[in-house]
Amino acid sequence: MFPRIVYESFRRQARRKLLAGIAITLGVAVATAMIAVATDIGDKINRELRSYGANLVVTPQEDTLDVEVGGVNLKPPSDGAFLNEADLPKIRGTFWHHNIVGFSPMLPVTVRVDSSQLSALSSRDVTLVGTYFNKPLRFGKDDFTTGVRITNPWWKISCGDGRPARPGRAQDSPAACGWPNDDSQNILVGERLAIKLEKEPGDTLGVNGRQLVISGILSSGGAEDDQIVAPLALAQQILGKPGAVRRVYVSAMTKPPDALSARDPKSMTPEVYDRWYCSPYVESIAYQLQEAIPHSHAEQIRQVAQNEGTVLSRIKGLMLLITFAALFASALAVSAAMATAIYERRVEVGLMKALGAGDLSVSAFFFAEALLLAIVGGIAGFSAGALLARQIGRSIFNSQISIEPVLFPIILALAVFVTFAGSAAAIRRAVKFDPVFALRGEG
Amino acid sequence: MSSVGTLHTPKQVADRRAQAPHTSMFTRMLLRAAVLRRRRAASALLAMIVAAAVATAMMNLYVDVQAKLRTEFRNYGANILIVAKDGQLLPPDALAKVESVLGPKTLAVPFSYAVARTKDGLSVVIVGTDLTRAQQLNHWWKIIPYFDVRLIPEKGWIPPETALVGVRAASVVGPDRHEPFDLSFHGHSITLQPAGSLQTGAGEDSRIYLDQSIFQNWTGVAPSTIEVAANGTVSEVEASIRQLAELLPAADIRPVRQIMEGEANVLNKTRATLYASATLVVLTSALCVLATLIGWVFDRRRDFAIMKALGASERLISGFFAAEAAALGLVGAILGFFIGIGVAAWIGRVNFHTPVIPRFSVFPYILAGSVAVALISAILPIELLRRVQPAIILRGE
Repeated sequence: MFPRIVYESFRRQARRKLLAGIAITLGVAVATAMIAVATDIGDKINRELRSYGANLVVTPQEDTLDVEVGGVNLKPPSDGAFLNEADLPKIRGTFWHHNIVGFSPMLPVTVRVDSSQLSALSSRDVTLVGTYFNKPLRFGKDDFTTGVRITNPWWKISCGDGRPARPGRAQDSPAACGWPNDDSQNILVGERLAIKLEKEPGDTLGVNGRQLVISGILSSGGAEDDQIVAPLALAQQILGKPGAVRRVYVSAMTKPPDALSARDPKSMTPEVYDRWYCSPYVESIAYQLQEAIPHSHAEQIRQVAQNEGTVLSRIKGLMLLITFAALFASALAVSAAMATAIYERRVEVGLMKALGAGDLSVSAFFFAEALLLAIVGGIAGFSAGALLARQIGRSIFNSQISIEPVLFPIILALAVFVTFAGSAAAIRRAVKFDPVFALRGEG
Repeated sequence: MSSVGTLHTPKQVADRRAQAPHTSMFTRMLLRAAVLRRRRAASALLAMIVAAAVATAMMNLYVDVQAKLRTEFRNYGANILIVAKDGQLLPPDALAKVESVLGPKTLAVPFSYAVARTKDGLSVVIVGTDLTRAQQLNHWWKIIPYFDVRLIPEKGWIPPETALVGVRAASVVGPDRHEPFDLSFHGHSITLQPAGSLQTGAGEDSRIYLDQSIFQNWTGVAPSTIEVAANGTVSEVEASIRQLAELLPAADIRPVRQIMEGEANVLNKTRATLYASATLVVLTSALCVLATLIGWVFDRRRDFAIMKALGASERLISGFFAAEAAALGLVGAILGFFIGIGVAAWIGRVNFHTPVIPRFSVFPYILAGSVAVALISAILPIELLRRVQPAIILRGE
């Protein structure tokens, strides 16, 4: 009898059930989408924060002091220690390699340029920096590419006449404008240096007796605007030290610092050490880089590393609070819809009670209905919310927002709970209502 | 109004009504409708208030959070660099000019650079600056003072002839980092007392920082760079750069693209997410209102039928329900607005440690939105009911 009442109720009052079901579906959809966005926003913003550039730098352990003023390196060229280029792919083998977005080796070399424009240059000595642009590398069976195009996204190549560079052109012909190939002999010239030298892309520039083709003008807003940027191999040839790298900039997604991150790993108990080692703190990633690259010293670049934690926690906190607001609003919407739906059915309650139904069985009937609605609405709402979250992820962050499957039972339980809570007061009132008044249509 | 619930004998009621100020039938009907169905009216009003509050909070946050995040982003340090052109010096009044353009609240810090030699003949870069302001500009500088608290930035006092020594420079200048060390610059030598160590993970680690006056007395080198942390949107900062370029023709004014583009990128994504979430939340609460009000009006089809049976015109009835809905929207918007401002302020305090400033300019939008949603949800069921004969409704079918 009980299932039949429930079934008939759904069959005969399809329109009303549909309204309540839509309310639940919408509420659950918004809640799902907001929870999914809020849980994933940290990861997404962390990735966006990488546009500030590297947050770690690896230098040789026994390095001499940098003597650099305004982007001009005053250190004797062969002075100091170097890292070995062959060790770099090992960065990919560290515990947190999934968090490492990219790395760029740097090898500054002081070079003499041949120029007819000697008057504009205070000296013919210019810093040439060797680096990776988008270098394909291999670690074990893992192929990947890395370089400044990943770690320094604010570097822009122009062709001198305001035209933006067309990617890939430089590979086709050496004179074309664009990023140089990592195995080519082409160079980028900083925009201020290019004005002083009166050079344009496609021109050749004499550097220490070599004639190199300029494939683009680099605008970085930093010291590179007065420098020449070249493929690492070329810089090593000019310096005469194959395989040498002065420092490596590493761009990694990190966890905001907390009480554990700042502790000294040497003074930790083994359990604490494991927890520290297996958390993507900037300190522990630095520690692992040091382990991976022999004779190196890795350190956080505090300007980038220290600030991203604050920005990240602010944005995460904001989204969390907004998610609470969204959950509250959708819970209220569901409750209101359920209360209205039950209030309208006093006459039915009156009839049931007049026929001898007890309070308990009437309540059970309504709760069973609510449960059915909540489950159907919850499933539909979860799928709609997942789609919505994906759409948000794709349109804002150009990447998927993944929905944890564990979210599904939680959302479903939440939907049932909110539907029950929203119905409870209305059901109690409906059951308490005198059947005589209800049937007479007073109330 | 509240006495209606406690009516006594018909005579008392009649007396009270006779003494009551004359109100039009229309207003009376509105008031009675609200009072007699208190429960339903209260739940409709509650939905309205929540929707208006959530919408207010979202709009306030959307506007204010961007400004709040921008201040957070200023912790990344300077976004404008003023550098003397080759072979020239910055004019002595450059700093004053920068402050006149950007306002006194903007942090602008002059830096002067030179290369000195240690006792062992090694080169080391020395920098003269206003150390207090440099620390304010560069929050990430990790400074470990070697003696007492005099180096605390708030005190703003650096003992004379002292220096902040970068962690990598420390090993070069002397074996004991607490001992005074000698440096020479073009034959002029100076003895400096290390006041603390400086760690940044970047070029600063290899340098020695002194107070500008000590630096200039010793080397005679004037500031060649001013780092500026300018507040505002990208276009505002670009406008400031153009203004500065006109005022300081002897200098190169450069935006620090790394900082500006990073900020613009993160801010845009955050804004878009915020916008999407705010739209979702506002839409949900509007739907909640719609559902509640439609239920409310539908529930009163008997009132509607009686009015019609008594000869009320359809326009009058529609007007009555519309006025009721509009009143509900109005009251809900006003109450919701103030609650929403409270919620936004609370979120601001919890998350950003400064309250969100209430923006009364959003009130007209909230009001218009609330009344519009209320009207739509009143007119929709009326349109449906109009087609039904009053007798059918009154018979309860």
